[in-house]
Amino acid sequence: MHYESPVRNPLILGDKSYTDITNDIAKPVESKAPRSWWIAFSIAFIMFLWGVGCIAYTIGTGIGVWGLNKTVDWAWDITNFVWWVGIGHAGTLISAVLLLFRQKWRMAINRSAEAMTIFSVIQAGLFPLIHMGRIWMAYWVMPIPNQYGSLWVNFNSPLLWDVFAISTYLTVSTVFWYVGLIPDFAMIRDRAINPVQKHVYKILSFGWGGQAKHWQRFEEVSLVLAGLATPLVLSVHTIVSFDFATSVIPGWHTTIFPPYFVAGAIFSGFAMVQTLLLIVRKIFKMEDYINIEHIEMMNIVIMVTGSIVGVAYITELVIAWYSGVEYEQYAFLNRATGPYWWAYWSMMTCNVFSPQFMWSKKLRTNLVFTFVISIVVNIGMWFERFVIIVTSIHRDYLPSSWSMFSPTFVDIGIYVGTIGFFFVLFLLYARTFPVIAQAELKTILKSSGENFKKHHNDHGAH
Amino acid sequence: MTENNKYWKGIEDQSNPELTEKLAQNEFSNEVSSADFLGNDDAVQTETSRRDFLKFMGFSTAAATLAACEAPIVESIPYVVKPDSLTPGMPSYYATSMFDGSDFASVLIKTREGRPIKVEPNGDAPFNGATNARAQASVLSLYDGARLRSPKVNGEATSWSAALSAAKDMISASSVLISGTVLSPSASAAIEKLGLRHVSVDAVSQSARLDVYESFAGKRGLPMIRLEEAQTVFAVGADFLGDWSGQNFSAAYASRRKPGKGMLKHIQAEAGLSISGSNADTRMKVRVSEYEAVLATVYNAVAASKGFAAVNAPKLRADIASSVNATAKELIASGEGALVLNGLNSKVAERLALAINLALGAKSFDTTTFVYTAKGDDKAYAQLVKDIKAGSVDTLVTLDVNPAYALKELNLEGVKLVSIADREDESASQAAVALPLSHYLESWSDYVPADGQYTVGQPTISPLFDSKSAVEILNGLSGGTESAVELIKASAATMASEKAWNALLHDGFAQSEVPEIAMNGAMNGEMIDVSGINVAKPSTGLEFYTYTKAGMGSGANANNPWTYELPDPITRLSWDNYLVMSAADAVEYGVEIEAQSNGAMNGNTVNITVDGKSLENVPVWIQPGQTQGTIGLAIGFGRQNVGKVGNGIGVNAYELLPSSSALSTKVSIAATEVEHGFASVQLAHTMMGRKIVNEISLPTFLTESPEAWNEKPTFETHKGPMSAFEANLWDDHDHETSHMWNMSIDLNSCTGCGACVVACSLENNVPVVGKEEVRKHRDMHWLRIDRYYSSDMTKEVAEEEGVSAIEKYAKMEVPSESPSVVFQPVMCQHCNHAPCETVCPVGATVHSREGLNHMAYNRCIGTRYCANNCPYKVRRFNWFNYKGNEQFADVNPSQDDYGRMVLNPDVTVRARGVIEKCSMCIQRIQIGKLEAKKDGRILNDGEFTTACAQACGSNAIVFGDVNNPKSEVSHLKQEGRAYHLLEEVGTQPSVFYQTKVRNRA
Repeated sequence: MHYESPVRNPLILGDKSYTDITNDIAKPVESKAPRSWWIAFSIAFIMFLWGVGCIAYTIGTGIGVWGLNKTVDWAWDITNFVWWVGIGHAGTLISAVLLLFRQKWRMAINRSAEAMTIFSVIQAGLFPLIHMGRIWMAYWVMPIPNQYGSLWVNFNSPLLWDVFAISTYLTVSTVFWYVGLIPDFAMIRDRAINPVQKHVYKILSFGWGGQAKHWQRFEEVSLVLAGLATPLVLSVHTIVSFDFATSVIPGWHTTIFPPYFVAGAIFSGFAMVQTLLLIVRKIFKMEDYINIEHIEMMNIVIMVTGSIVGVAYITELVIAWYSGVEYEQYAFLNRATGPYWWAYWSMMTCNVFSPQFMWSKKLRTNLVFTFVISIVVNIGMWFERFVIIVTSIHRDYLPSSWSMFSPTFVDIGIYVGTIGFFFVLFLLYARTFPVIAQAELKTILKSSGENFKKHHNDHGAH
Repeated sequence: MTENNKYWKGIEDQSNPELTEKLAQNEFSNEVSSADFLGNDDAVQTETSRRDFLKFMGFSTAAATLAACEAPIVESIPYVVKPDSLTPGMPSYYATSMFDGSDFASVLIKTREGRPIKVEPNGDAPFNGATNARAQASVLSLYDGARLRSPKVNGEATSWSAALSAAKDMISASSVLISGTVLSPSASAAIEKLGLRHVSVDAVSQSARLDVYESFAGKRGLPMIRLEEAQTVFAVGADFLGDWSGQNFSAAYASRRKPGKGMLKHIQAEAGLSISGSNADTRMKVRVSEYEAVLATVYNAVAASKGFAAVNAPKLRADIASSVNATAKELIASGEGALVLNGLNSKVAERLALAINLALGAKSFDTTTFVYTAKGDDKAYAQLVKDIKAGSVDTLVTLDVNPAYALKELNLEGVKLVSIADREDESASQAAVALPLSHYLESWSDYVPADGQYTVGQPTISPLFDSKSAVEILNGLSGGTESAVELIKASAATMASEKAWNALLHDGFAQSEVPEIAMNGAMNGEMIDVSGINVAKPSTGLEFYTYTKAGMGSGANANNPWTYELPDPITRLSWDNYLVMSAADAVEYGVEIEAQSNGAMNGNTVNITVDGKSLENVPVWIQPGQTQGTIGLAIGFGRQNVGKVGNGIGVNAYELLPSSSALSTKVSIAATEVEHGFASVQLAHTMMGRKIVNEISLPTFLTESPEAWNEKPTFETHKGPMSAFEANLWDDHDHETSHMWNMSIDLNSCTGCGACVVACSLENNVPVVGKEEVRKHRDMHWLRIDRYYSSDMTKEVAEEEGVSAIEKYAKMEVPSESPSVVFQPVMCQHCNHAPCETVCPVGATVHSREGLNHMAYNRCIGTRYCANNCPYKVRRFNWFNYKGNEQFADVNPSQDDYGRMVLNPDVTVRARGVIEKCSMCIQRIQIGKLEAKKDGRILNDGEFTTACAQACGSNAIVFGDVNNPKSEVSHLKQEGRAYHLLEEVGTQPSVFYQTKVRNRA
């Protein structure tokens, strides 16, 4: 048993026993869905269906139903793609990197964060598919041996790297997540009364028996997967940023993009985790497990990454000025003062200024304020991608081809649809999966549980 | 001793050898003939055996499968005897002539499998062997489904004999034939034979100008201009590079605009910005009502230098007076190299221009040879208007004119109409008899476009509908029964007696000596004496004039999608006509234009009244370079009954001003709340201080070395400064072994006319997408002509005045009120380090060994990454299924059963969801290479060229193999003026440009 210093705040509040943890975490799975869940699910499902309709319309009629034109050939599609991929970053960071760094506070949030990751990567993956003019040929991006002679994919293309990066990330994240779920599924299986439910969780838990050998394997696999997943946290968004960084378009062709994108992704990912968990802890009454300590930690991450992003924005401006390249200089001047100045300043306000409030302990421990900032940050991060993509290409080298972009109802519908799809998945997850990694959490109960800590301090080590 | 052993084959053999023997001899014992089997009712009634069932099932499955696989029946009938000249897959070319009432061109028609698909210039022809955008587009008008399909009497389809006799019954001595300019001697003969009073009226009247020459030379034509001889040209309102006298000046102008000593100086004075004005070295913004005064001022200066009497010239505005005086000095200094062109349909103006040219002895002003492409007579027309009003005309026979649309003064209610027209247009639809006129590609014709020039037009396809050539109809009306070819043959026998008929058809033209015409005696004296002339005083209020656009011209192709889709070279707007107005006037009248959030342009409309006639909700375009106080409107638009493409597009300028009037000063306008959406292909109009179109002045070109004015970008590296070609990380393609296709575009020769754009679209089956899509910046042109205006704000000015960067760029976006204009054709630059090639995930766009960037449509999955990464923005995406989507049914030729016939069979029609772009006419390259290979020889330079280069009248585009040291393009690449567009990006394009040189200090 680890000993934890009394100066560290407890991670599990209240007088909890192992049974209490089990009961609290199994409760949403075992009880009937509340009315609020059904309302939320219905809204999400309608949004999802609307998105499906818009996608069907696009595939049936052509990309022309979007607002793109000869100059702006990517806009909301790739903006949404990068936004969703970015959101999908926090999960792996929390579960893998923080595991390697032995950050115990991750245990309360990693399950949901990882779920969010997987669901948002699914949303992200939709966009590169549906933005293709001929989606029915999408499998051509896979290096599949074929009968077209020596026809092969183009390994120089960052879009191809994306295919590998995203699919690897999705696979590793899913496996990592699932491995963590096995003991928890077993817990639900053991408690299940309904035979169907019992059977399903029996299959899902892979015959978990809780033996020491099982635990040993579990720990080892977790560590190995964490090791595998850690470079992915950096690589995925690095590769996504290559879509832009390797191009020749002023505003895209920027070497700062990989770290800038990764920081931005963690930034937006943590904000999304905040949004979701603030709701989950409230509705499922899990305030004791996801407590102010966790929220504060995440707010600090948001503040730090937000500031990194801010530095990156300013670096871009300085480098544009310093480069002496007039196209580059104009591209950044145009961002801030051109027709899309409002998008640029929305981005600046949401991403750089708003997280600075987190320097104040009072604000970063305020739940309402945190919730508002988490939403603001994700709006800001959406604008960041819009600014990078649209304001760079709408005015590039030759003024004769300058144009503008305005979304159609289909652009908006698909975006709304992916938000709906994301929440459909998340809401289903919240009712059927243990939303907190209870098995892991139990390992720190005796060291970081409030009551145990207090007891320890009062009576000294036994 | 051997024993004859017997081996049994089986136990049966041993036990019953007889039976075995019997069976062996009769192997198929129970033979039943199929006839017995099928005829045996018992057998049929018995249960079908398994084997039979399988047999029947196998047969029926096979039969059903075969039936399902049957190919759709295509009605193609092989030749019994194949014509020698026709090989499927190989084009045949025919020389013919095109005349549509205002445009005349000697052309070659490319036909494939009997279908005319492309108009090419007839380079051998001595007169107008060049094509403009309209001539290029005209082939699509042949396949116009809205054409009249049979003769009609009172709206009922009928036979030619019935229709002709109905028409003949209506014609009496008091009938009148009204037509456009009749250039054809055979048609003139037929008209003479018909014996009707004949009135000619042009879409753009030159009548007053013609009157001047008729009175002097007795010929109703305009003097031939030999631009090759000119040194200084001063054009007053004459858009001679657009539409002016029917002569095509593109080649002559380009040859005289080659930078160097003695380069032609071009000065333009005009109200609205025209193609000529855009190309001029100096341009003055002058009101239409000042044209005469400008000419009079110049005349007085010339007269003073020559000692002639001055005319009473009204005083010019202070801001133009000095430029006009300076121009006069330059003209006098140029002496016989001077040339003054007048574009105003006014006797006084033409008289002054003639006097100046004669006084200076202008060599290029050929008063012995006349051009006849406009012959309309407004006096005769005015008389006809009166006669019809008086009721003394019973029947009006219209020959390819549309009075209900264009001649608003004619009261058609009082007359019966016989319409000889290609469609049931505004007039033919109310005619008692409508006689379908063949398209020029289906007709026999002959023309005398100018003195000494005789050309014939031959059909390249038999008429698609039940229509006839003009000459045959006219002859039929007077009872003649000769066929068109007989009439033309007879005419040719007299007009070009020295040239054999077949040779004439082969060449398309014949030339003869031009008899010297003494213009009423001596070339000085009287003709230069303009003392009695009464020069009009310039007006001060708002004035209104009409003009023609590059795409529409006089309106002959008003139902042709390319007429509308081609952006206007100046405004860069397609699918519209509009009032052009100066920015100052726009402020005064409360007119604004604003870009929408999707980049589309919207503007106010105005209600306009001209001479008491009004139009409502006319869109207004704010035009840099427009003279304040003048507003122009293009003719040819606002059709109601022309077909699905042209109906209801724009407004009819003839409603306000007849062709016979050059301008009106009784104009009032009032802005309305109604918005109008423009289809603009260009949103930004200035170069923003970038090095895009390189331009220098002639003195710089002559005195400084190319290194000084054509500086190539260099990059600092550890090995010292390097060019964009040397400083790169990529492996270079092999460009030595094979051909290396390059293209040179001379920005000095390019006038921006747009012929190449239409030619490219037709050659490469580029879809027409219509107004709504162009509005959204989704035009599909593979080749576009960028137009930039100069701005009053430049980097130098900003530095001098200490303007902040933000303000500098904001001001740079605003074009100057008197801008310098440059044109730049941009197509795929075929980069040798192509940004598009590296980013395609599936390798759909790849580099060829011949310096081309290929696009494999079949492999494209449509990520559009290539289009984003293209610095030149030349890649076009198929947003919709243009050949099937109903939205494009009215505009895209490939959705029309007739329009589809114009498609070039050598070029794929692209599917939805793929990127397309300029291929450097790869189909032409392949054919050229194959021909050379078949002959076992090396490909010669100039054997073939791209569609744009071929269509370019001024030879601004030169295509060829730079690995061939003898090729023109390889020499051009060594020119001091050559530069690559955006060379600093390191794309190493195969296309290069030649610096523009303006002849001014």
